[in-house]
Order: sequence, then C-alpha cells, then structure tokens
Amino acid sequence: MLEVAALRKSYGSLVAVDGVSFRASKGETIGLLGPNGAGKTTTVSMIAGLVRPDSGEVRIAGRPLRGDTDPTKRALGLVPQDLGLFEELSARENLHLFGALYNMTGARLQRAMDEALTLVGLRERAKDRVSDFSGGMKRRLNLAGSLLHDPQLLLLDEPTVGVDPQSRNAIFENLEMLRKRGKTLIYTTHYMEEAERLCDRLVIIDHGKIIADDDLQGLHRMIPVANLLTVELANGSAGALSVDAVKALEGVETAELRGSTLKVGLRDLALDSPRVLQWLVERGCRFEHLASERASLESVFLTLTGRSLRD
Amino acid sequence: MLTPFIALIRKDLRLFLMDRRAVLMSVVVPIAIASFFGYVFGGGAGNGDSSRIPVMVTDLDGSAYSRGIVSELQADKALEVKTAAADAAAASVRNGKTTAALVIPKKFFEDMVTALLANGKRPEIGIVYDPSHAMEMRMVQGIVAGAAMESAGKHIFRGGNTTQPFNITAQEATAKPGDKYNGYGHSFGGMGIQFLLMIGVDVGIGLILRRQQGVWKRMRAAPLSRGVMLGSRATSSAITSMATWIVLFTFARVVFGVRIEGSFVGFVCVCAAFSLMTASFGLMVAALGKTAEATRGLAVLVTLLLVMLGGAWVPTFVFPRWLQAITVVIPTRWAMDGLDNVVWRGLGFGSVALPIALMMATTLACYAVAVMRFRWED
Repeated sequence: MLEVAALRKSYGSLVAVDGVSFRASKGETIGLLGPNGAGKTTTVSMIAGLVRPDSGEVRIAGRPLRGDTDPTKRALGLVPQDLGLFEELSARENLHLFGALYNMTGARLQRAMDEALTLVGLRERAKDRVSDFSGGMKRRLNLAGSLLHDPQLLLLDEPTVGVDPQSRNAIFENLEMLRKRGKTLIYTTHYMEEAERLCDRLVIIDHGKIIADDDLQGLHRMIPVANLLTVELANGSAGALSVDAVKALEGVETAELRGSTLKVGLRDLALDSPRVLQWLVERGCRFEHLASERASLESVFLTLTGRSLRD
Repeated sequence: MLTPFIALIRKDLRLFLMDRRAVLMSVVVPIAIASFFGYVFGGGAGNGDSSRIPVMVTDLDGSAYSRGIVSELQADKALEVKTAAADAAAASVRNGKTTAALVIPKKFFEDMVTALLANGKRPEIGIVYDPSHAMEMRMVQGIVAGAAMESAGKHIFRGGNTTQPFNITAQEATAKPGDKYNGYGHSFGGMGIQFLLMIGVDVGIGLILRRQQGVWKRMRAAPLSRGVMLGSRATSSAITSMATWIVLFTFARVVFGVRIEGSFVGFVCVCAAFSLMTASFGLMVAALGKTAEATRGLAVLVTLLLVMLGGAWVPTFVFPRWLQAITVVIPTRWAMDGLDNVVWRGLGFGSVALPIALMMATTLACYAVAVMRFRWED
C-alpha cells in the first residue's frame, strides 16, 4: 500500500530526515516511534505531499505521488498533529468542508459525514460549535475529518496529544475499528504504550534515521535485557551499596540506584535474580519490596539510542 | 475543482460574518469616520456658518471710509468679524482663537487720499495672522482688498461707479449645474479604500497564521491546486470587499444623499477592480511576510501610506505640486480619482477606464508575486 524509499529532507544544515525507507501493506498498522524532533512529522509530511523531499520517493498503491492535484492523494487521509478544525464552525460544517475538498457533495457527503460522526461518537454533537468541544472530542473530530473520502491509507500524526485517558481509549477503539476494516495506518507517537497496543510493526526513528524496523518481538530480541528487577531497599541498606559491583555480577546488564530503589536489568529472570538477591543479602541489605517486569519498548529505545524516548 | 473552490469561499464568508470584530472594522468604523470627514470637508460644516474665518478688526481711523470697510467685512459670508482693541485682537490670534487681526491705522483715510491725489506714501492695513492658517490668510487678504474697494466707491467716489466694475459668479463644477458638492461622496470613497485595504492586510495575516495550523495541512493533503487554495481566498476577500462597498454607499445614499452622478457601471467596475486589487494585495502580504507579528506592522504602515498618498483622507489637490505628480503612480489614487469621477463629478465610463485597467494590472501583478513567492512548506 505504501512504499517509502530513501526519503531525505534537510533545512539548511539540519538534516531532518536522512534516507528513511519502509513499507506498509494493506491493513497493516505501522508505528513511527521516536522522540520529539526525530523526524517523524517531516516523514509523514513528505508522505502526505505537504513537504517535497530533497530526494527519495513515496509510492501509494504503486503510484508515485506527484504534484498537488495528483489523484493518488485521494487514497490517503491525514490526521494532523495540530488540530485541523475551524473552531468557529460546527462539527458538521467542518466535515462538510473537508468532504468538499475531495469533490464530495449531496447524499454521498451526508452519508459519509454520518458514518464518520457515528464512528467517533459525535453524532449527537454534530450541530455544536467545535469551540465548545473538549480536547478529546476535538481530537476525535480531527480523526473524523480525515475519513470522509474513505482513504485506504491513514496518516496519524500524534493523534492523542493532550487528551485525557478516556478520550485516548476512545480514539484507540476508533483506530482498531479502522484496522478491522482493512485500512493501513501510519501512526506516529512517542508514547510506548500506544505503539505496543496498536501497531503490527514499529519503525524507530532517531536523528532522522531509521534505527530499527521490526515487530514487537523482533525489537525485544534486539536487546540483552529481557527483564527488569526492581528492589526497594530498607532504610540504610543502600548506603554502602556499589552500583558498579552489582553491574559486575553475572547475568546483570544494567544497574541503577535512585534513592533506596535499585533497578537491575537481567538477561534471564529465573537464573539471574536469585544470584543478585543472594549477593545483596550477603552485604547486609534488607528488602521492603520486590518487583519484576518484562523489558519495555522504552528499554529498547534506550538500548538503541542511549537516551530516553521523552528526552 | 469547482466544489472545493466554492466550499472554501463559503467557509471564508461564513467565518467573516461570524467574526463581529471584522464586520465592525469593515463596515461600522468606516461609516463613522467617513461621516466625520464628510462633515468636516464640505458635507456639512464646510458649507455652513461654523466654518467662517474668525477675524478681529481694530479701527483706529474711525472715518466713514474705514467704518465702511468694517461693515463690508462683517457682511462677508466667509468671515466672522468682531471689533476689538489692537492688543486684545493680537492676543486672540496668538491664542489660536482668531485667524487674523486687522488694524486700520489712524488717519488712514487722509493718508490714502494724499497717496491718491498727491502721490504721497500709501497707508498700510496691518494684519497679524496665525501661521497655521496660511491658506485662509490669502483669502482674508483678498476679501479685505475687495471691502476697501467697495467702501471707496461708497464713501470717496460718491455716486460714481468705481466699485468693482464686474460681478463674479461662482458655480460648483459638480455633475449638473446647480448641484451642490456633497463631501460625503469623497469621504465614503476614501474610507472605503482605507478599510478595504485593511481587510486585505487581515487576509494576508490570516493566511500566514493559518499556514502554521492543522487546517492548512489538511487542505494541502487534499488534491487541490495552489490556484484553488489562493484563488478561493482572494475571491472570498473580493466578495467581502464588494459587499462592504455596497453597504457604505447605500448608507451614504440614504443618510447623506450621496448619488452616483456619473456612470453607474463605471462605479461598480471601480469598486470591483479595487476589491480584487485589495484581495491580491492581501495574498502578496501573506507571500512576502514571514511571521504575523513582523508582517502586521509593516503592512499597516504601507497601507496607511497608500491611503494618505492616494488622497483618501484629504483630496490630492491640497498636496504640493511635486507630491501630486508623484502620487499618480499610487494604486489607491487611481481608485480615489475613479470614484470621485463617477460619484460626484458626474463623468462617464471613459473617465474610469484607465484607473480600472491600472488596478486590474496591479491585481494580476500582486497575484503573480503571491503565487510565485508563497511559502507552501512551513
């Protein structure tokens, strides 16, 4: 459905996107993951035809995107990161305009508006001004505005920024519905949990370059830390503890001590955690709480780039 | 392409009508200011008593001849004459309450007779005047000379016909003989020009702001040509301007009796050409401006210069001759001259053909600059 080949874009001396290539098949959901300024929005802008790449090519359904009026654009819908809505107009007036941009009129447009408003749960508020909507409702209408012309490919640029958990959940449900209908979704975010929940495959971008492109399992295989052991030490126990000494233990990949909390990255939870705990007991440490969790995408990103996603 | 084009225009017009500030700025404010300017420049005050020139006269001669001069001055409709002591009159001029103070010296009549019959030294009527009223001063001098002649006829050459041996009849060069000049015709045209240019600037600033918003990205993601996107904005702006012209001149017609004395088609075409020109001017502002803040100040300055030099505030004939010569290249002057020609001068379409052609050429030039220089990738 989508082929992005060696896209490059620079602004003066700043290279925003540097040779980005990936593919998305019909019905697939691809997460573009990276911190702010990584090049996600520029990549999406080039796919949508908003920004002309310095080099490289975008193909949608096998056809290259050429020029402002290229009919290929009808196959894609953009959900911009900044709300693409006229706040002074009602929800229905906004949708009427957005449909007309794709030459839609009459009963076809009315039907499309009804369907889009129903999908995002705003049919009852169709006649209300957008300025009276909550942030989450605006985000849902922002999504609806991109669905009217029934695009096969949907570009979602951080569509949940600034919304409450309830609205975020509603948007996820909308997107899952669209997946079921066979739409191809390109979803940019810097929220790990969103990417993990929604995406079939993740393309991790940093400094304009793709540093990983795989499904969730594949990405986890890329990092040595399989599990994270968190140890809450009792008062006074952390004082004489050497983090370097913990790191030197067999099976330990990372170790971090913040206050009385020790976080240890392990290759194998079953084999390595008893060894670490035994070592701590031998040095007089007492525990107040123990927890373990599977390494997250955050760990993947940290391992690949050396910095946090939200840096 | 027609469906999105019309939809975008409808959206712009709807947003404009919902914006009370914009409507107020483009209709109510120009009506208020045009009414004021029209009243001041000949619509009411200019032709009434309140605009008579205040003059004080000190008659130290006291002869029948000098008293005759004072009477003639007091009878003149252009002057508001009071008698006063010389010091009080001069102080009144310095305070700005009086335009000129005249002193008819002692023995003025005797000295004048001596000068006439025995080639003696001519007596002088001294005038102290407010230098900020230099133009009125010339008028006062002429009236004083005329009054002296009239009084001489009555008091020196009694029975003889030595007063001015002819009469001057003045007729306003309006559309038809007998028609009175209506200053509101000019002021409503001038204020329309000013505020429609402001609307043009607002359109430009709005585009700069919108370019950075999600709606712009959404529109650009659609298969729309740049011509449709900019053209629809220009068209909606021109429609707004045209509607504003209609409201302004309807108000002027109903309230102040302003009539389109010349070619009505010419009037409509001048208004339409100016509306298109302001719309493309707005697009050019959007194309050349980088940020809204930086652009607004510069655009308003350029607009005010265009308005001032185009004669929208005061007619261009009050400008120095060199400035009048320069301002023939100012687009707002083409509009102003065109409107004056068809509104109150009563001239035909031929008198506005060139201004219309020049405005349309400017429209195309501004639009071309806008399309070429517009930054689509913000």
